Amino acid sequence: MRALQAAIVLAGAILACIPAARAETLVVATSTGTVNIASNFSGTDITVFGSIERDRATVSRASEYQIAVQVFGPGETVVTRRKQRGFGVWVNRDSRTYVDVPSFYAALTTGTIDQIGPPETLRRFQVGLEHLILPERSTGSPDDPAPGDPDFRAGFLRLKLHAGLYRELPGAVTFLSPTLFRATIPLPANVPVGQFRIQVGLFQEGVSLAQHTSAVVVSKTGFEQFMFDLAFTRPLLYGLGTVVLALLTGWFAGIIFRRD
Amino acid sequence: MQLYLPIAELPVNMFMIFGMGAAVGFLSGLFGVGGGFLLTPLLVFSGIQPAVAVATVTSQIVASSASGALAYWRRKSIDWKLALFLLAGGVVGTVFGVLVFRLLRTIGQLDVVIGLCYVVFLGGIGMLMVVESVRFMLAQRGATPPEPRKLRQHSWIHGLPFKVRFQRSRLYISAIPILALGVFIGFLGTLLGIGGGFIMVPALIYLLKVPTTVVIGTSLVQILGTMAVATVLQAYSNQSVDAVLALILMVGGVIGAQFGAQVGSRLRGEQLRALLGLLILAVGVRFAVDLVITPQEPFSLAPLVSGAAP
Repeated sequence: MRALQAAIVLAGAILACIPAARAETLVVATSTGTVNIASNFSGTDITVFGSIERDRATVSRASEYQIAVQVFGPGETVVTRRKQRGFGVWVNRDSRTYVDVPSFYAALTTGTIDQIGPPETLRRFQVGLEHLILPERSTGSPDDPAPGDPDFRAGFLRLKLHAGLYRELPGAVTFLSPTLFRATIPLPANVPVGQFRIQVGLFQEGVSLAQHTSAVVVSKTGFEQFMFDLAFTRPLLYGLGTVVLALLTGWFAGIIFRRD
Repeated sequence: MQLYLPIAELPVNMFMIFGMGAAVGFLSGLFGVGGGFLLTPLLVFSGIQPAVAVATVTSQIVASSASGALAYWRRKSIDWKLALFLLAGGVVGTVFGVLVFRLLRTIGQLDVVIGLCYVVFLGGIGMLMVVESVRFMLAQRGATPPEPRKLRQHSWIHGLPFKVRFQRSRLYISAIPILALGVFIGFLGTLLGIGGGFIMVPALIYLLKVPTTVVIGTSLVQILGTMAVATVLQAYSNQSVDAVLALILMVGGVIGAQFGAQVGSRLRGEQLRALLGLLILAVGVRFAVDLVITPQEPFSLAPLVSGAAP
């Protein structure tokens, strides 16, 4: 009986393997695993190289491969507020809180986003700003707009786009050969710090054939990291240090420019 | 030359920030004011988050008032006892200021409150200064002696209890208005990222009748102390002081102030006051316009600040 069970499990495992063995797999490498922010940092690029691996069993398909390289920055919780006129003055009124949304997002594709696949596929893999999932939380106030308010979503995306933190780059993935591709992800100077997830998806005829996820860490280094750590872990010392620095600067200036 | 700021988390052009510090320093040297009311809006305008701008300018004011106070100390024109009383009030006001700052940031109303305060205080003081100095100049031109302003002796101030003698200022007045003034300036200065000298100096002269010879030195000591406490509290409870940004502003500021002071010594007092009044008024009007006109982008983003106390 036990032998039979084992045989069934084995058979199942082999069956499960067959489609995987027949499909394409992705091999991906990023130009760097860490991005260091030093005092002269003014933005940088990460290059992603990928290769579509096929074995003999892979059915050859007529249509072209589509690649989507997506970058998700560390999650952040952001309050989006809308100003309204009250007593003649523009004041922040209603707000929506987006919880654990990517602080940075970039979608790089071979063609346009629509060429990747139908909306269901795009939504499933969050390809493109339109299909990005933005979980919300209400403040509990009855004045707040209904969840999923399109105005707030549009406002949030517009501000992120304007800050250069959300981007869509159609055509930014280029094929070097029929199976080898490259994409250059531009990171702006105001890039957030933390772990970035790079998700590479291989699509054909609107179907995902393979997905690959890797990580890149963006961190401050040296003096910048030291100052940041000091400000957050030893805030009292940091504050006192700043005051001493200010007093010394003032005192020093008083000596240099002494006129009597 | 681009320089990445560790707390503001963005790169800035070092020379632009230095230039801003120097330009504001020049004006502050020229008029004998701190210049925080100009520097904070300039930083916000150049893309630095308001919270970081306010807290960082606070530390810049420490440097500029330190070099100023030092000069007045050498001339022995500081009433230390009065400064100490003002400072005691100032520290209390600063604590309230930091708490309110944090609360307003949490509920997302910091910007509009800062804007309204700028309109009210800068607009009001600027208007008063302009009217006062224009009236003075007209009176001089007309060769009629300036009307001796019937100062109503502020009997209510003199009727208050807890009288204290201030030898240096030849004053014998109640401690209550002095402490209250200190609290008020400390609170407002911390909230708005300004020293508050432009409110403090007229208040000392007109309300408390402090002799003009010791007013500026004494007010500088009060500003220095209050802003030093404010810097530490902002760093401690909001982590929003950017020391790198502050250092560039400080160096620019103290250099600019020297040149400003040289030019200022060549101008006449009432002209200076009229110019300063116009400048303050202009900043106030600018904030009023921003509050009233329809914004291009009604939405704004802010990181969630937990409502919990520090």
